[in-house]
Amino acid sequence: MASSIANGGGGHSALRFYLTKTAQFVLVLATTLLGLVAVTFFIGRIVPVDPVLAIVGDRAPPQVYARVREELGLDLPLIQQFWVYLKKAVTGDFGNSVLTTNPVMTDIANTFPATFELATLGTLIGSIIGIPLGVLAAVKRGSLIDQVVRFIGLAGYSIPIFWLGLMGLLLFYAKLGWVAGPGRIDVTYSYLYTPVTGIVLIDTAMQGQWDAFWDAVSHIILPACLLGYFSLAYISRMTRSFMLNELAQEYVIAARVKGLSEMRVIWRHALRNAAVPLVTVIALSYANLLEGSVLTETVFAWPGLGQYITNSLQNADMNAVLGGTLVIGAAFVLLNLVSDLLYRLLDPRTR
Amino acid sequence: MAGSPTLSQPTGLRAWLLSPEPHSRWQARLGRLYLGWRSFSRNPLAVLGLGIILLLIIVAIFADLIAPYSPIVGGDLRTQRLLPPSETYWLGTDDQARDIFSRIVYGSRITLFVVVLVSIIATPIGLIVGTISGYLGGWVDTVLMRITDIFLAFPRLVLALAFVAALGPGIENAVIAIAITSWPPYARIARAETLMIRNSDFIAAVKLQGASTPRIILGHVMPLCISSVIVRVTLDMAGIILTAAGLGFLGLGAQPPSPEWGAMIATGRNYLIDQWWVAAMPGLAIFVVSLGFNLLGDGLRDVLDPKAAK
Repeated sequence: MASSIANGGGGHSALRFYLTKTAQFVLVLATTLLGLVAVTFFIGRIVPVDPVLAIVGDRAPPQVYARVREELGLDLPLIQQFWVYLKKAVTGDFGNSVLTTNPVMTDIANTFPATFELATLGTLIGSIIGIPLGVLAAVKRGSLIDQVVRFIGLAGYSIPIFWLGLMGLLLFYAKLGWVAGPGRIDVTYSYLYTPVTGIVLIDTAMQGQWDAFWDAVSHIILPACLLGYFSLAYISRMTRSFMLNELAQEYVIAARVKGLSEMRVIWRHALRNAAVPLVTVIALSYANLLEGSVLTETVFAWPGLGQYITNSLQNADMNAVLGGTLVIGAAFVLLNLVSDLLYRLLDPRTR
Repeated sequence: MAGSPTLSQPTGLRAWLLSPEPHSRWQARLGRLYLGWRSFSRNPLAVLGLGIILLLIIVAIFADLIAPYSPIVGGDLRTQRLLPPSETYWLGTDDQARDIFSRIVYGSRITLFVVVLVSIIATPIGLIVGTISGYLGGWVDTVLMRITDIFLAFPRLVLALAFVAALGPGIENAVIAIAITSWPPYARIARAETLMIRNSDFIAAVKLQGASTPRIILGHVMPLCISSVIVRVTLDMAGIILTAAGLGFLGLGAQPPSPEWGAMIATGRNYLIDQWWVAAMPGLAIFVVSLGFNLLGDGLRDVLDPKAAK
């Protein structure tokens, strides 16, 4: 990914170095986004359904067929079609959704906050639990806790997320009744607040609707923990390997020789150095949750981007599918870029 | 793996295998394999993973003999539908009165089919793109790596979803879609390896002997990249299984009545609260098999790629 360009050497003039790096970033970003558009365009072309026939029906006279074909721009050469598609994509125009009849971009803007809310909470849970676990596993290498952390991680890589979601619903919702079921908030509460940010937890809290807030919490907690578990699997594993790296460095020995407490050596000195690559890992796991959210949202009837894409898929609504895919791809690229930039900002050695 | 039969042989063979002066290339290779197996078998988790995968293969081959019932044709819908696990139906029956155990056993064939086919398609693509890119360098490298980056820029499942949406649902299209989304990391690894090999003396020697570029890439660079790529592919197999199951769960992979595990979970979703076993059992099967591939991949990495192990 974009991390390959992070390995450039230092320059003599800092300003010039930054300018070339920025130019490189922009160039890479532009070509990658162009590539994303090209891929979705290509996928749109291999659809076996004739889009003209889908509109006019198979008994339409040839003149009508030809006119619609022209209106859709399908009579143009392929490269010109791509140019039109690209120009529209840049302005955020992906056509209308057949299913909702809204412009795809409006639908995406409406569903994105729900996905954002879920993925953010998931990443928070994953980092807050995953980092200490990884540190513990590295410090007590080979011990029981190391094995347990390793198994938790391996299981996270091996369990189908939708299955774990279903089992979670079965246990915590149906059997124990600890959490609310699928959906984002109960209908009774959904009229008690006006959506401002689109993020239910923030909207309800800001408007003082605490009953609605707690209802939303009981809805989000299970899917967020689920996503959190999957990001924990990744984050704890990476934290462990970064910490092992740091603990083997000479400055750790120096700190111990100075007589610093083991707590201080580990949490203040070693972890602070491991934190720099960890930022990249957290951003990457955030990006991965975008993917995990597709299946999670389907299981939990969570009205986010993932569910929008799968719903559109089941109704062969290609405009919506490709628009959603492109937006997720672009978010993925941007998150990678942000992680790269943060890495440079935080690590003085890359300057 | 391939070295396993040698273990039961007398020590004379062991001495032959471990000989510091092998008399043939064949002997040297077997010796390396034996050493690899020795360090692999010292890792109990890796052996467990290998065991799970061998079990999967055996179950897939002998599904006809192992499964007590038909995976497609159900029993009596009035009396044998949605039965809980019992002695007759080890894992219960589903809504069509079919034995879930038999369906899982037959489903192992689909899982294995997907994993093998995706690896066969994606590994060579990754190897070829990576070695060409790394060996030739220059603009070829730039172009190929940009394309790789673009494919890496999509989350895997989302891109596979879009491809299957365009190609139409079905197991073959799912395989194609997963393969298209799988090769970029392999290309990255093959390229990194090639960059390290490219400037070694033996490549210069081969070049001086007049070997052509394709010959160098195919005969001298690629074989050295294979072990890292294989490790990566093995580690990826769990991901391939999970993606295939996800596609099946969304109704885009294998179509009913085929006993694909993901699709089985999708059916079980409708009976989740009262007949939990319909959804739970196939998920356990996916979990065990993915875990097996992950453990095996970890073990292989320790043996074949000691640098990356930590």
